[in-house]
Amino acid sequence: MSEPERQNEQEGQVERERERVLELRAVSKSFGGLRVLSQLDLVVHDGEIVSVIGPNGAGKTTLFNLITGLYRPDAGDILLEGRSVVGLPPWKITQRGIARTFQTLRLFLNMTVRENVMAAAYGHTKATWLESMLRLPRARREEREIRRLAEEKLGFFGERLVGYRWDQPAYSLSYANRRRLEIARATATRPRVLLLDEPAAGMNPNETLEIAELIGKLRDDGGYTILVIEHDMHVVEGISDRVVALDHGVKIAEGSFDEVATSPRVVEAYLGVRGAKEEAA
Amino acid sequence: MPDEPPIERRPQESERPEYPDAAQRPRVGVDTWVAEHGERVQRGPLRRAAERVPGWARLLAFVAVAAVFPIAVDDEYLQRVGVDTLIFMLLAVGLNVVVGYAGLLDLGYIAFFGFGAYTYAIVSSDKYDYHWPAEATIPFILVVTAALGLLLGLPSRRLLGDYLAIVTLFFGQLFVTITNNSTDVKLPFMDRARDLTGGPNGITDLDPIDFAGVELNSVPRYFWFALALFVLVVVALHFVNESRTGRAWRALREDPLAAEAMTMPVNRLKLLAFAFGAAVAGVTGAIFASLQTAVFPQSFDVSLLIILYAMVILGGTGSLAGVALGAIVVNVLLEGLTNTDDTLPVVGETPPRLLFYGLVAVGLALIVRPWRWLAVAAAATIAFGFAARLVAEQWWERGTAGRPSQAGRIGDLVDGWLLFPRDPVDIGNYAFVALIASVLVLTLLRRPWRWIALAPVLYLAAFVWENRLIQEPSVTRFILLGAILVGLMASRPQGLFGTARVEIA
Repeated sequence: MSEPERQNEQEGQVERERERVLELRAVSKSFGGLRVLSQLDLVVHDGEIVSVIGPNGAGKTTLFNLITGLYRPDAGDILLEGRSVVGLPPWKITQRGIARTFQTLRLFLNMTVRENVMAAAYGHTKATWLESMLRLPRARREEREIRRLAEEKLGFFGERLVGYRWDQPAYSLSYANRRRLEIARATATRPRVLLLDEPAAGMNPNETLEIAELIGKLRDDGGYTILVIEHDMHVVEGISDRVVALDHGVKIAEGSFDEVATSPRVVEAYLGVRGAKEEAA
Repeated sequence: MPDEPPIERRPQESERPEYPDAAQRPRVGVDTWVAEHGERVQRGPLRRAAERVPGWARLLAFVAVAAVFPIAVDDEYLQRVGVDTLIFMLLAVGLNVVVGYAGLLDLGYIAFFGFGAYTYAIVSSDKYDYHWPAEATIPFILVVTAALGLLLGLPSRRLLGDYLAIVTLFFGQLFVTITNNSTDVKLPFMDRARDLTGGPNGITDLDPIDFAGVELNSVPRYFWFALALFVLVVVALHFVNESRTGRAWRALREDPLAAEAMTMPVNRLKLLAFAFGAAVAGVTGAIFASLQTAVFPQSFDVSLLIILYAMVILGGTGSLAGVALGAIVVNVLLEGLTNTDDTLPVVGETPPRLLFYGLVAVGLALIVRPWRWLAVAAAATIAFGFAARLVAEQWWERGTAGRPSQAGRIGDLVDGWLLFPRDPVDIGNYAFVALIASVLVLTLLRRPWRWIALAPVLYLAAFVWENRLIQEPSVTRFILLGAILVGLMASRPQGLFGTARVEIA
């Protein structure tokens, strides 16, 4: 399927009403006197790729931290598949189906590549420590299953993270491979929604291109609904079904990439009032 | 898109010109090659051969050797050292769960050991007149100390790193204080104040463990009992470490926040680690108490904790085999270093002296390069010694009036070379201070002066050793242990069996 065809089809799909997988209702968050997010509404439909853009300090990462439960919103509600997740601890929210990657990579560096992914399967395995200690059938079966799961998730990235890489410590990976491993680890939690925090940061143009393709593949083959923070506008343009622009914690634009990119308020947020005027002139 | 210009295609792998011997050529620079090369450089052939031996075979070999130890060695003192070593090994693998796997700096660990020992003392002595059977006592202690571990693990939910260390250290000290002072306590359900723990006098006359019809009435039997328990604990901990629980522990050690974001209930896992460590320490405490037939508060103070940490760090935190080996090395060293009377059979020298001169020699060989400089340094030191001796014979009569305080081959060798003053205590003390100062100065000196100063400093070290340190084995053994730890940490920060860790992101 060529690029334009796929986009046309996606736009057609967005118009139809689909299940609201993730929904934020009037979510606000302040740190002391600083309002990081105010009255934010956001809906992500099933199978959608939504990009969040905005200048530094706009509240994008805070948004992710709120959704995953690292912070608790001051007001508003966050719904996953119609059920509120506010107040749940982060591990429970991830178990319910929201997994994330981190902008500053947070791998388990001294564990092997495979172990990194296997560890993330904790939430959907059930063997207690006693079963593991006695090597009871359930523990052994689960161990086999998540081993296969880990290898399958790592296989998603082609040749890069398979074979001899499985048993290498995560710290031996290159920067780009670490980003891939983070994504593999997040998918091993069996999420419904993937939150990717700047997946292309620090990558070279080739790798950036590849990541953009990969995000599409994650949606199409993996079936994940994806919310992504990204600064690289080429990536945003290439992957997004919908773009949401934030500035100072307020949603200033929402819509297709072209709509958002040409919105005067977005241009103003990025370039300042004077810059925006020059741009218009 | 039909009228797109044809993109220039990069030649595929198969289209590239191929060398006739391509299969034999090392694929230098390829990802796999780099990784394999790293392995080759980091590990020598011996190490790689040793790694091919599976874990269970190593454990089996250890058990086979250890099991015949009490039969082969007929000396009760040595057998007792063996049991003590096993007790330390058990404590070390237990501490390894908390510190090595979960990465929680627990300085109150000894309190669980003490708690297990005191619980055993309470339920198996005349003091309360309980005399429970060991089949009930040991599971009971397992459960109670694990529960205490959960309780003391609660602060770990909120405290990180250093703060947790301080709070747990407080708990550890609290245990010693409570057992020392609970001689006159009135609890709500008691009619009058009673002596609960015997204070500094402890609880004595404990029953020996009588497990499944076998009464542990001799040191070898304690040895085999402790060995069996050790094997059970190691296998159990190994299986847990290889499971989802163990992986989650290691994940939370690496990055608690990421672990929590990846479905792991971090707080629960921390408590579980505390409970595991505590349970192992508690049961070990029961063996210890019954072996000693008594418990005293001062057995469970900070010095034991420090030795235990030395074992875990030296062996390599996180590795079961490593920490067990660390326990063996440290305990055998500490025991061997107290022995200043008997010379070892083949070398004809006492262990402390051998170790001291050995350490100096190894240290020099590591630091002084190239080899001819080492020879020069040795020759200069020897010459310096004879010169000093000559001068002293002329001008300082007292300086040569003494004799080496211990027999042994090295003692005979240094007799005509070192100065041995009459009444060496005060001179030795001053010389010790001077030695520390001169070693510090030596590290500050630049090239030529450092070489020139080396010989007198070495001579001074030998002087202090022969005249002063050798007479204080209880102090000296810790100085030597410290030196070994410093040396090891400088060359192998991950410990003997530990795997290298990176801290940078």
